[in-house]
Amino acid sequence: MSLHVQSLTCIRQDRLIFKSVELSLSSGEILWVKGRNGAGKSSLLRILAGLLKPASGIVSWDGTDVEQEPEQYQQNLRYVGHQDALKTAYTARENLNFWSQYTGTNNVAAALEAFQLQTIADHPVRILSAGQKKRSNLARLIACPAPLWILDEPVSSLDTDYIDLFKNLLETHVKAGGMALLATHQDLGLQSARHLDLNDIWQVAG
Amino acid sequence: MNSFLALLMRDMRLAYRQGSALTMTLSFFVIAVTLFPLGVGPELNVLARIGPGVLWVGALLACLLTLDRIFQADYEDGTLEQLLMGPLPIEFIVLAKIMAHWITSVLPLIIVSPILAISLNLHSDGIWAMVISLLIGTPVLSLIGAVGGALTVAMRRGGVLLSLLVLPLYIPVLIFGVASVEAAVALLPMGPHLMLLGGLSLGALVVCPFAAAAALRLAVE
Repeated sequence: MSLHVQSLTCIRQDRLIFKSVELSLSSGEILWVKGRNGAGKSSLLRILAGLLKPASGIVSWDGTDVEQEPEQYQQNLRYVGHQDALKTAYTARENLNFWSQYTGTNNVAAALEAFQLQTIADHPVRILSAGQKKRSNLARLIACPAPLWILDEPVSSLDTDYIDLFKNLLETHVKAGGMALLATHQDLGLQSARHLDLNDIWQVAG
Repeated sequence: MNSFLALLMRDMRLAYRQGSALTMTLSFFVIAVTLFPLGVGPELNVLARIGPGVLWVGALLACLLTLDRIFQADYEDGTLEQLLMGPLPIEFIVLAKIMAHWITSVLPLIIVSPILAISLNLHSDGIWAMVISLLIGTPVLSLIGAVGGALTVAMRRGGVLLSLLVLPLYIPVLIFGVASVEAAVALLPMGPHLMLLGGLSLGALVVCPFAAAAALRLAVE
C-alpha cells in the first residue's frame, strides 16, 4: 500500500495556499507535515482525506488516481480533524459503536482499552474534558481500523502521559503495516518519521 | 444498508434523547393552531372552513423551525465530514437524515393533528383526509427543507434565508394538501389531489437528495 502525491496545488478563495507539493508514503512510514500557521497543513490533509478538491495535481493510492476510485481509497483511510465528531448526548461508547456500525467494523472494546477510556466510556460526552473528548475521537482510529491515518493536530488537549500513549499506538500501527500522515506543531519525538516542511514551498499569490 | 440504518437510527435516537426539539415543534404547532380560534372568533362554521388551511400552515411552519437541525449539528461538530468519508454515498446520507427528520419532527405533528382538527370543528371525513394528506404531502417539506438546510449549513444565522428559500417551494404542497381536505369535507373525490401530492413527494424524492448532496459537498470544502 502506498500514497503518492504529485504536483499538488491548493487555491482557496483566490489565495494560493501551496503549490507543487510532492510526497509519498508507504506501509510502515510516518510523515510529519510541518509549517507555520496558514502554511496549508490542514488544507493538505483535507485534500488527502478527499474533503477538499485541489486546484491541480494527482493523489494516487496504490497507483490508482483516487479521483477514479474514491470509495476504495476512503475505505483505507481514517481522518482526525480539528473537530471531535462526537455527539455530546451520546456516551463515548455509543459514539464509537455508531462509527463502528457505520463503517462496518467491530473493534470498540479494543479502542476503549487502547485509549484508556473504559472508566468514562458510559459517561455522556458533554461532561468529558477536552482531553477526554480528544481521546474518544482518536479511539475511532482503533474502533474502525484502516491502514492510512491522516491526523490534524492529534495531540492538542492531551497531557504528556496520553501523548506518550498516542505515540505508542501510532508506532504500533505503522509497525503493523499501517502508515500515518500527521500535522502538528508539537514535536512528538518520532524517530522514524520523515518530515515535509510546507514553509519551504509556501508562496503567496502575487 | 447497515450504514444507512445505523445513521437513521442514530439521528432518531439523538432526536428523542435531546427531546427539547420535539417538544418545541409540537408546542409551536399546538399553540399556533390554537391561536386561530382566538383570533377569528368561536364561530364553528368559520373554524370548519379555515381549519384545513390552518392545520396545513401550522404544520408547515412547525416543520420550518426544525429544518436547520437536519445538517447543522453534524456540520458544526465535524460529524458531517466523517460521514462523507464513510462507505455511504452522500445522497444516501442525505436521505437517511431526511427520513429521520420526517419521523422525529413531522410525524408527531401528524399524530396530534386529528385532535387539533376536532378543536377546529373539522368534519370526521375531513379529519381522515387531513391525516392522509399530511402523510402523503409532508415528506416534501422534509425533502425540500433538506436542500435549504444544506445550502445554508455553513452560514451563521441562516434560518431566515432558509425560510425565504424554502417557503415559496412549499406553496404547491399547501394548495393540494388543503384542497384534498376541502374536497373530502364537500364529499367530493379527493383522489386527484392526493395523487398530485404523491407526485410532488416522489418528484422531490428524486431531485432533492442530489441537490442537497451537491450543496453539502460545497459546504464541507
